[in-house]
Amino acid sequence: MTRDQVLDLYFMDARCKLIELAAFLDRVDRSEGEADFRLAAIRKALPLLSSAHAERAKSVLMALSDPTVVPISAATGKGACGAWPGATP
Amino acid sequence: MRYIEPHAHMVSRITDDYEAMRMAGCVAICEPAFWAGFDRSSVDGFYDYFCQLTDYEPKRAAKFGLPHFSWLCINPKESEDMGLARDVLGIIPEFLKRGNVLGIGEIGLNKNTRNEIAILEEHIDLAARHDQLILVHTPHLEDKFKGTNLILDVLRADSRINPGRVIIDHVEEHTVDMVLDAGFWAGITLYPESKATPARAIDMVERAGMKNLWLNCACDWGRSEPLAVPRTAIEMGRRGHSKEAVDALVYGNPMRFLSQNPRFQIS
Repeated sequence: MTRDQVLDLYFMDARCKLIELAAFLDRVDRSEGEADFRLAAIRKALPLLSSAHAERAKSVLMALSDPTVVPISAATGKGACGAWPGATP
Repeated sequence: MRYIEPHAHMVSRITDDYEAMRMAGCVAICEPAFWAGFDRSSVDGFYDYFCQLTDYEPKRAAKFGLPHFSWLCINPKESEDMGLARDVLGIIPEFLKRGNVLGIGEIGLNKNTRNEIAILEEHIDLAARHDQLILVHTPHLEDKFKGTNLILDVLRADSRINPGRVIIDHVEEHTVDMVLDAGFWAGITLYPESKATPARAIDMVERAGMKNLWLNCACDWGRSEPLAVPRTAIEMGRRGHSKEAVDALVYGNPMRFLSQNPRFQIS
């Protein structure tokens, strides 16, 4: 596809998601209490969107991933939350 | 359009979903064993579940002209209890004789624990001893990258395993290359939030090539879309891919992998 064709197909969808993300951050700012590691993970990933690097989706996924290599001794639950707590000091 | 749904948890879906999938062009459904959303309390619960997957569910699918196939295992979400997991591993061989069983799956990891890895190794051993295809679940979200690496290590450590007979599912942009580069098949799961969207799935196909990839909806009791595969096929068409390319991805590829088990016959 040409860039125009990509924009024709996906611009409105991307615009919608961009505004949703902005509105989410505004909503977080309006709320009370301390934010946990998930907000820090999103803030850390945001600059990757404006990088010149071509693999932005992969980079964002990696920024949200557990980069360690050793199995853990036991599970403390079954679910995943979408960000790695260890990424936040 | 014709397509094969290679990964769907139909026991969690309503009958209308079978009808909608059939009307959208589905010609066969494959159902891996899965976590029920709660932990089963004994091996008897799995015995009943395997009966459901190999007897009742094929009959329900047949009402809509759909061949139904299954994969058997204890899901990694329940393999932290190694005693229960080994009890379940003990009853799987008798079910492997049933006519709609394609292999061992969906095995893998959930939180990347030592117990999960031990049970994964035992599932792989079971598959190797019974010459079964393998379908692997990779962990969710932040655990996927680490878990996929660990799974690849375990599979490569067993010299009996032919990567061409193993599909590693739920790949995303940060794991698809490592799976394909190691010679395994890769599955892209289409979920509204937590895995790949149709657009991202096609991005991955365009970048990685479609040689050993399949798409699946993995619909279950959570947020998921039984028609995600045909929806993605339509998206491919919108991008200008040919009908032949779409057919190769959503029909030809799963047919090629699954036909390695001669039980996978669809008219």
